[in-house]
Amino acid sequence: MSANQDGVDLLEVRGLTKTFGTLTACDHIDLNVAKGEIHALLGENGAGKSTLVKMLFGTLEPNSGEVFWNGQAVTISNPGFAKKLGIGMVFQHFSLFEALTAAENIALSLDDGSPISTIAAKARALSYSYGLPLDPQSLVGDLSVGERQRIEIIRCLLQTPQLIILDEPTSVLTPQEADKLFETLERLRSEGKSILYISHRLEEVKRICDRATVLRHGKVVGHCNPRKETAASLARMMVGNDVQAVVRAPVQGIETAQPLLEIRALSRRPATPFSIPLRNINLTVRAGEVIGIAGVAGNGQGEFFESVSGEVPQQDPASVRIRGKDAGGLSITGRRLMGAAFVPEERLGHGAAPRMKLSENLLLSRHATDGKVFVGAGGMVKSDATYAAAQRIIKAMDVRKSALDPEAAALSGGNLQKFIVGRELDRRPSVMVVNQPTWGVDAGAAAHIRQTLIELARSGSAVLVISQDLDELFEISDAIAVMHNGELSKPLPIAEATFEKIGMLMGGAEPGHAEHALETS
Amino acid sequence: MDITVNILLTIATAATPLLIAAIGELVVERSGVLNLGVEGMMIMGAVGGFGAGYLTGSPWIGLLAAIALGAVFSLLFAVMTLSLATNQVATGLSLTLLGLGLSGMMGTSFVGQPGARLPNLDIPGLTAIPVIGRLLFGQDPIFYISIALTAAVMWFLFKTRTGLTLRSIGDSHTSAHALGIQVIRYRYLAVIFGGACAGLAGGHLSLVYTPQWVENMTAGRGWIALALVVFASWRPWRVLAGAYIFGAVWIGQLHAQAFGIPVPSQLLSSLPYLATIVVLVLISRNKRLTMMNTPASLGQPFVPDR
Repeated sequence: MSANQDGVDLLEVRGLTKTFGTLTACDHIDLNVAKGEIHALLGENGAGKSTLVKMLFGTLEPNSGEVFWNGQAVTISNPGFAKKLGIGMVFQHFSLFEALTAAENIALSLDDGSPISTIAAKARALSYSYGLPLDPQSLVGDLSVGERQRIEIIRCLLQTPQLIILDEPTSVLTPQEADKLFETLERLRSEGKSILYISHRLEEVKRICDRATVLRHGKVVGHCNPRKETAASLARMMVGNDVQAVVRAPVQGIETAQPLLEIRALSRRPATPFSIPLRNINLTVRAGEVIGIAGVAGNGQGEFFESVSGEVPQQDPASVRIRGKDAGGLSITGRRLMGAAFVPEERLGHGAAPRMKLSENLLLSRHATDGKVFVGAGGMVKSDATYAAAQRIIKAMDVRKSALDPEAAALSGGNLQKFIVGRELDRRPSVMVVNQPTWGVDAGAAAHIRQTLIELARSGSAVLVISQDLDELFEISDAIAVMHNGELSKPLPIAEATFEKIGMLMGGAEPGHAEHALETS
Repeated sequence: MDITVNILLTIATAATPLLIAAIGELVVERSGVLNLGVEGMMIMGAVGGFGAGYLTGSPWIGLLAAIALGAVFSLLFAVMTLSLATNQVATGLSLTLLGLGLSGMMGTSFVGQPGARLPNLDIPGLTAIPVIGRLLFGQDPIFYISIALTAAVMWFLFKTRTGLTLRSIGDSHTSAHALGIQVIRYRYLAVIFGGACAGLAGGHLSLVYTPQWVENMTAGRGWIALALVVFASWRPWRVLAGAYIFGAVWIGQLHAQAFGIPVPSQLLSSLPYLATIVVLVLISRNKRLTMMNTPASLGQPFVPDR
């Protein structure tokens, strides 16, 4: 079924294998991409998708296996050779240079030596012809994530590739921007180009892809036509078993519940020239509810989390209030002592110290709040107590690990995230603030984390979740606010929220205008 | 009038070695490598330049030897930090210590010997023009090299494709690698260029400034060059300005001390450092421009995953 008219696939991969130490990231992968098709590479985080495409683009060297290009065996030893063959790549974590202009960034990946002004003119013309307008003179550091992706795509198209690899392209886009991208991809397909589309989002794969190859734990577990599958059947192939659906009981009388976390006129100047200022943010999270904050990455969510958690204290003590008391001037520990708990976005480095054991990481975050439990006479650490508490959390959150009390860095991303969330939940915090709770976490563990956050709220705590994953926010939130360019919209009750409305706000529709649009819609 | 010309000439002589060493280090840092061994490479250039000039009797051979020794010495740093991915700060510091010790040992027999001096430019008819003649056409050859070098580096970094590639590596070596740019090769060439410049700057000290060999004769100039690069926010013309401000205040305070101005000499001696920092901090107030010019991957070892 994979052959096209002349019987030769554009790309054929046979038994490609890559190991890192004892981990087999890709295990005898077979893959065929025909001319003029959009081929999905589907799999959870850590299934080996990124490793596979890095080998196809020449940035990683396979241990074994063969690659055929138009039927010819090739060894792709570096990205330059991949480009020469006609393979273009749009990276998940962009490979752009912030301090350079868009045109300079594009020039760096073209080896034809033509002057920057020529390249800028070509890039501008191409970008308009594909409906992805681009100003070649703008500095990448000033651009939004969506605009940066345009540069990557235009840069890729200027090399006139036969095969374009896109690694999780929509994870940084608003729904409207994603629609625009799909139009571009369909146009490229109609021009006879092939696209290898990497994603874990089932709906979009069903929508635009002709065929799919599903990976799980580094192995190919199936090929299918995604249009003939359901989201549930695709998920089952990806995960290996059924994913528990998250249950969100309705919440009643929230208007009268006690406000536990209040943010009043929070502003912050940009810390670096490329960072986002916070502008007059107001938000109330009451006992019993989960509030979600949506937004395209890089619109001030990181700065907002730092300000709420106390990583960066505020000038005005009243700008952050926890359980009715001013907390704006306090440090993280001060805010924890008032009953708040925080889970930052970066697991290694912020959420946990990589080279320390789980029990030690537990002590690091809780020595102040639970000093009596974990620290004994003369400041001596009660290792029995920290060990027991760590084991309790490991059991409660079903953390899978290789040793009894391993180093944080030895855990997979998802398991470490479960431990970090569990460490905070274990205190029964009355205010819980989480940034990207399930980023890079497999579907089963993500569902578990989401369910525990809802249950914490329903037991009388206030939960604030910042996430780029709209599906996740719609699953767990009672109301969703949108952050755009350092401003926060009013929370929209979940019953009124739709992808379209949230997407409009994410794209920067004026809050007033958007509210008006909501009233009329 | 003559006094003014003389003072201007001494300022140029004091600024030239700083400028050359700093311009070399600027290229190194623009590629994302922090080489703290400038002082060590400079003193190796000084001893090598003096030695070769003294033994052959030709200051020109001395000049080439200074450049070569600086470059070879920087190659040691390049192998350690780029091929073996050692810590750049520690390796750079040990390079300085090694250079100071090694040059002292190599130079024991040169102490007190008269050295060869590079002759000043003398163009019949032009050099004799009053005032501007000596300033424009009567200085030592390395002065002209230093000015040409600054202009060339400026052109290279901001007008050529290779310069753009070098800057991109300094901004993000992982992105550069993902595009298929040979990160390590570029950095090797940048480090060796920086070493050659430091060697040349050292050669200026022992072949022009004071044509003799004195142990530890660089006297911290390598460190000043390093500081100039940072305070000039990695921009060549600011390095030039910084080097000349330093040279001017340095010469000025020497004259002030000679006049017997009732200010403690220690305070006067610290003036060049203070003045240079103040001026360069003032001209780099624009945070945004500074950010754009700061090599974001500076000092981070690059190990491509394979």
